[in-house]
Amino acid sequence: MLRRSYAKASANKAEQRTKVDSIKNTIPPQAGWTNKQDQMHLKYESQLREPLVNGAKTYHQVTEDIIRPIEAKPSRLWYIGFYIAVALLLFGIYSIYRDVTYGIGQWNLNKTVGWGWDITNFVWWVGIGHAGTLISAILLLFRQGWRTGVNRAAEAMTIFAVMCAGQFPIWHMGRVWMAFFVLPYPNTRGPLWVNFNSPLLWDVFAISTYFTVSLLFWYSGLIPDLATVRDRAFTKLRKRLYGIVSFGWTGSTKHWQRHESLSLVLAGLSTPLVLSVHTIVSFDFATSVIPGWHTTIFPPYFVAGAIFSGFAMVQTLMVIIRKVFEMEDYITLGHIEAMNKVIVLTGSIVGIAYLTELFMGWYSQNKFEGYTFWYSRANLFSPYGWSYWGMMACNVLSPQIFWFRKMRRNLFVTFFMSIIVNIGMWFERFVIIVTSLYRDYLPSSWSVYYSPTIWEIGFYAGTFGLFFTCFFLFAKYFPVIAVAEIKYVLKTTGESYKDKMGHLEHVAPEVFAHSGHGHTIVENTGAAN
Amino acid sequence: MAKKKFVVGCFDDEEVLFPAVKKVRTAGYKIHDVYTPFAVHGLDHALGLRETSLHTAGFIYGITGTSTALGGISWILAKDWPLNFGGKPHFALPAWIPITFELTVLFAAVGMVLTFCYLCQLAPFVKKHHFHARATDDLFVMVIECTEKTNAEDLKAFLAASGAVETDIQVAEDGWWLGRYDKDEILFENKQTVAA
Repeated sequence: MLRRSYAKASANKAEQRTKVDSIKNTIPPQAGWTNKQDQMHLKYESQLREPLVNGAKTYHQVTEDIIRPIEAKPSRLWYIGFYIAVALLLFGIYSIYRDVTYGIGQWNLNKTVGWGWDITNFVWWVGIGHAGTLISAILLLFRQGWRTGVNRAAEAMTIFAVMCAGQFPIWHMGRVWMAFFVLPYPNTRGPLWVNFNSPLLWDVFAISTYFTVSLLFWYSGLIPDLATVRDRAFTKLRKRLYGIVSFGWTGSTKHWQRHESLSLVLAGLSTPLVLSVHTIVSFDFATSVIPGWHTTIFPPYFVAGAIFSGFAMVQTLMVIIRKVFEMEDYITLGHIEAMNKVIVLTGSIVGIAYLTELFMGWYSQNKFEGYTFWYSRANLFSPYGWSYWGMMACNVLSPQIFWFRKMRRNLFVTFFMSIIVNIGMWFERFVIIVTSLYRDYLPSSWSVYYSPTIWEIGFYAGTFGLFFTCFFLFAKYFPVIAVAEIKYVLKTTGESYKDKMGHLEHVAPEVFAHSGHGHTIVENTGAAN
Repeated sequence: MAKKKFVVGCFDDEEVLFPAVKKVRTAGYKIHDVYTPFAVHGLDHALGLRETSLHTAGFIYGITGTSTALGGISWILAKDWPLNFGGKPHFALPAWIPITFELTVLFAAVGMVLTFCYLCQLAPFVKKHHFHARATDDLFVMVIECTEKTNAEDLKAFLAASGAVETDIQVAEDGWWLGRYDKDEILFENKQTVAA
């Protein structure tokens, strides 16, 4: 199918054939890389792969395209969006003020539903915060070239999402001035230390480590690009500020060598880290004895769900960014399609997890499990049955549309589905938390129907405000695409360069290996960061 | 402040840069550095730089994190203040794996980034001499340090013949100092003055 879309490569096949012949004759064996011409420096990318950068770009053009939004005045749309985000943030702050002043009774939490929207939102935001590191770390290790176009914005999104997530457990503490009790230090209470055997404390360590490492990874990648902004700044203020934040980066070869090593090791560290974080979040539930939580499939199921929702959020933002900043050449339909493939894969994994849970609810012959799964969840006419089926429709059924290539490459469908998936993943967490809690072992304590108050909703809206305020500022003041990384892959995967490399497909392997490519292929086994 | 004299040659294509690097080195000149807009793979080898040991440092930091976590938790829960959690053993190793892992990653990441910044002399408010503003845009800037024997004009011509699109001579400070990028400190002489 890719062949069909990329047919123009074969259009000048005849021309390439003749070129090939002449090249075969002219390349002396063992010429080493001093014989210049085409391509000594880069690994070769198959013509079957779509270009990652469209159009005829030079290095300078890449800089221009990506840095321009930073240097231009923000559009009306930016201001409107930014003010809406700030307004939401302010409402969130007021909601938190109510919570701190009057206690978490301001939320409608009750006798059995001790975790409601707050922890639902916490898990939801943490899940969203998984895509960035997944894209930058795991896809780097798997050598997925398309990550270069989206990793910067996705990492930023990760950091902001984790910031939002962190708010919920903190303010859920109620007496938030005691929040420092989670820190392990020899205190005046004994010393009564924190309980290192508790998943809730593991969570403290996991989330804070994840935030710190993501931030470092993101910022170390940003330094060279901020230096690019600094060196072309034409106002004094910009020169000064970007001079400070780019840490005096020069682009020295030795520094790049260390930078590569740093990125690769950070990616290697972040890969198990990103899997561990949601695993530990799932332990918050799985180590309890609540029916519906007490299951061993939680860690992989949560991680798949996190990647699923994270990619959906990346899609939402990317579809907007590429349009607003005119970056269609860098975030191509190929990028969108690749992410939609991840969405259909992880959505289906999540679907299998749901079905496994239902099966085990019956197979275990445990009455309480059975009640939770087959009555409180799967029965559409039980009090919260609507949320279970909402989750099923959004997460499992609707993403199946992405089995069709046309749908994966359709921007409207992609955007719409990304919202649907985010709603679905919110439902998932709501289902897990509320349907397991609202009826516990003792019918006399079964609570009345739980629904949130305006302040609980306001808190959630406030985190949207925080997220988008940060994201709007990021989009205005930082390069939203990794400039240096795009330049690195430009000559292998840029459309205009790829066109020129078609003839290599007809070069005999021996000729190819001895004309200097062999040498450079070995050189290029490092990661493309 | 140690100022040195440099000959600068700018290349606009890495395919021209690599042969030029080889030629310049074969001719016996000492390449001070090549400043590039992105990581050009193989350039470090072409310049004869040794591999970085940053990853080894990362490993050591990681191990430090592991031991800190295991040592700390076992001392706290088994010695300093043993608590009875449902009759489970005080030394509950499996339950400590998550935090041990997190601290390993945290120590390794933070340590490596700080080491990276230290080695490359990167920090806020640090300023360095930049041989060409486009070194972070689209030029590969080769900088050759002059000795008293170097004939700078000859070298310039040699670089131009090797494919440099722009060449000049600069006398500059090669270290770092605290400074502002919107101000031109007179730490190095203006290159026009020198060339004249």
